[in-house]
Amino acid sequence: MIWWIIYVCLGIGIVFNLLASLGLLRFPDVYTRLHAGTKCTTFGSIFIATAVMVYGLYEWWKGNDAMISMTVHSFLALLAILITNPTGAHAIARAAYRSGVKPAGAVVDELGGEKDD
Amino acid sequence: MRVFVSATILSFILWLLLTFNGSLWQADEILAGIVFSILAGLITAKINIKEHKNLSLTRWLMFIAYFPRFFYEMAKANFDVAYRVITGKIKPGIVKISPGLKNNLSVTLLANSITLTPGTLTVEVDEDKNLYVHWINVRDDFFQEHEEKCRCKYVCSTFPDWARRIGE
Repeated sequence: MIWWIIYVCLGIGIVFNLLASLGLLRFPDVYTRLHAGTKCTTFGSIFIATAVMVYGLYEWWKGNDAMISMTVHSFLALLAILITNPTGAHAIARAAYRSGVKPAGAVVDELGGEKDD
Repeated sequence: MRVFVSATILSFILWLLLTFNGSLWQADEILAGIVFSILAGLITAKINIKEHKNLSLTRWLMFIAYFPRFFYEMAKANFDVAYRVITGKIKPGIVKISPGLKNNLSVTLLANSITLTPGTLTVEVDEDKNLYVHWINVRDDFFQEHEEKCRCKYVCSTFPDWARRIGE
């Protein structure tokens, strides 16, 4: 039973990471690629980290005390990803816009006049 | 001083969590932890935070209550982006939203929530705390909505209300 939870979490995580790399190839410009690269990776990472956490808890419950550190470490790694991922994506998008990259195929660009301040 | 104390305590807690291995900590581990946390605190002490917020329990509880709601939105949007990756049907654009938030903490929280939700990406924030969001699939009914406040709900559902409750 516990193994099925771990396998399902790993499966979902890997599928979303695969979709993220597919999106990096398919999308036309830097902003849409950022969407694919950062978002699907976060969702994938959450599920992969959950699988590791469940496995660590299971081993700890069986009596292997040192395995709890694996759970704590992957939880901290998950928190770090959740904080740094949007910050990094924001920084890259802002830098791209400031250096004059226009969004490809955009139907609307309400930031148009804001660039030169 | 305030920054030094909070940074030291936070890095010491982080140290304790990272060195925990199922049994209690040794004395030398704790000693090294104290030395390094004070070092980290000294380095970060120069950072100047303008808007201090006092520690409030309700705000933290609200923050924890925000997680399931946020995770639901994120999961829903993730499947949407996955669909767009496979089919390639995108309609990108940069839209401006005015959530009407006042302080930096709530704007940071909202901008990070928007960026973590797939399909939307905060590109810029101006002085009046309006957010410029790159949206992978701009919906048509967004433009029919002329009320500035109501426009937010298409981009980020109820996130501004949560950000206001947590941050202000």
